[in-house]
Amino acid sequence: MADIDLIPQKNVPARIGQPELVGELTTLNLGPTHPATHGIFQNILQMDGETIVSGEQTIGYIHRAFEKIAERRPFYQITTLTDRMNYCSSPINNFGWLMTVEKLLGVEVPKRAQYIRVIMMELARISDHLICNGILGVDSGAYSGFLYLMQKREEIYEIYEEVCGARLTTNMGRLGGMERDLSNEAIRKLREFIKTFPPVLREFENLFNRNRIFMDRTINVGPITAERALSYGFTGPNLRAAGVDYDVRVMNPYSSYEDFEFSIPVGQSGDTYDRFMVRGEEMWQSFGIVQQALENLPEGPYYADAPEYYLPPKKEVYRNMEALIYHFKIVMGEIDAPVGEVYHAVEGGNGELGFYLISDGGRTPYRLHFRRPSFIYYQAYPEMCKGGTLSDAILIMSSLNVIAGELDA
Amino acid sequence: MLSNQEVAEELVKKFGDDVYDFEEPYGLLTLTTTREQILPMLNYLFHSEKFRINFLTDLTGIHYPDEPGREFAVVYHLHSLTQNFRVRIKVFLAEADLHIPTATELYNCANWMERETYDFFGIIFDGHPNLTRILNIEEMDYFPMRRQYPLEDATREDKIDALFGR
Repeated sequence: MADIDLIPQKNVPARIGQPELVGELTTLNLGPTHPATHGIFQNILQMDGETIVSGEQTIGYIHRAFEKIAERRPFYQITTLTDRMNYCSSPINNFGWLMTVEKLLGVEVPKRAQYIRVIMMELARISDHLICNGILGVDSGAYSGFLYLMQKREEIYEIYEEVCGARLTTNMGRLGGMERDLSNEAIRKLREFIKTFPPVLREFENLFNRNRIFMDRTINVGPITAERALSYGFTGPNLRAAGVDYDVRVMNPYSSYEDFEFSIPVGQSGDTYDRFMVRGEEMWQSFGIVQQALENLPEGPYYADAPEYYLPPKKEVYRNMEALIYHFKIVMGEIDAPVGEVYHAVEGGNGELGFYLISDGGRTPYRLHFRRPSFIYYQAYPEMCKGGTLSDAILIMSSLNVIAGELDA
Repeated sequence: MLSNQEVAEELVKKFGDDVYDFEEPYGLLTLTTTREQILPMLNYLFHSEKFRINFLTDLTGIHYPDEPGREFAVVYHLHSLTQNFRVRIKVFLAEADLHIPTATELYNCANWMERETYDFFGIIFDGHPNLTRILNIEEMDYFPMRRQYPLEDATREDKIDALFGR
């Protein structure tokens, strides 16, 4: 052991000078179907030994042309496309899209529906962050924490199932509100979740937050300054980990977020550990919002009084002429939207999820563009992992939470 | 808090006739400028002490095939995080001359957004470090988001669009 130099504090061997190998780079293909990329995208890394010198990304492996498809679909059919972007938190995508169209149409959603949406969106944020933090543990070699968290994600998916009938690609909500009210079973499951979630998350935090091995693996790995992060268009937890307290929920509140009390956790150095901690704290804040929303859930209708956009109850369709006409027109996609241009953003699991919608007065969008946070901040990845080792690069990728569906749309 | 009025007046003072078509759809200040003025304008908004509009939220393209001379638009959504102010800037381009300077010098995130816009619309961003296709395959020889490429096979006769509300 005497002839190996150790880097002080890090306890890892320093690179032993082998002059004949200096300057000889290895090309390493990380992806497209590498288990550590959690999705299909390729990184071509130039390595000097274990150290990454530069990287180049290839994306687009699951590009499905959503923007093009959306130009031929009536508005309500586009909700199912948004499911498939960030599939770890589909309800946020669904409601973000529905709110965009409601803004275009000028539909006012009743308070109860807004609160139900907030509950579902915050559950989605929790499940998104659970996966991200759990996977970060898996990638750093700690599998068990992930398994604890998966139980809770399962419960969240069961709540989705109770609210909309689906688990992953939820298609939750309708233009003007929700497709059904919260059932008693859904409320029971929510209360059950509120009771059982904190001990599990606390246990997970006990496993990781002050874990020496985990801290050694993540602190100072892939740091990014606030200035660089802003230039790279970071939003969401990744930006907040770098110390910028930008959150769409607070800055441009939508769906009654101004009614709830919550704080925005921020980090300092923007490294992998900070991103982990910010996500962890955000789960507690989201959990608080779910509790507040459920306690103060207003009574009243769960859909807007907008018969030309919201499907009438089936009973009405059989008895009432107007309801039958509206039902037919909505299902056939024959509702014309007003001419307009809307940009609406929501705080997605990974950051500002924006919808830029141009309507020419027809039944479909003239142009729809998704501002996908993963697509924008993934550009910074080569810069962040430069100078680190391959195992660092994998941790940085999972802490950025790049979701392939959102990346490629 | 900045108001739309304030920013619009300041921009008119600075750029004169090169900013026009002011609109406020759903409260978001929208304006149009020319290809020559877009970079100076982005720079001005970025560095202005008063505005600090220094976050590029989104960059995308639009195709209007029926408007000769201004068939393509490049749309910038900018955001001032300190003032919480958003602005949308459009630049219209003619199909015969689809060139616009790149914003990558100012914003790192513009890199992929411009590549995506090039990939879909064929708009060429002059000075871009690596203007290649990003989501579609390299071999593709057309720009799929242009309106002349219908989504479904146009030769199919078994589906009549009028019956499907399209």
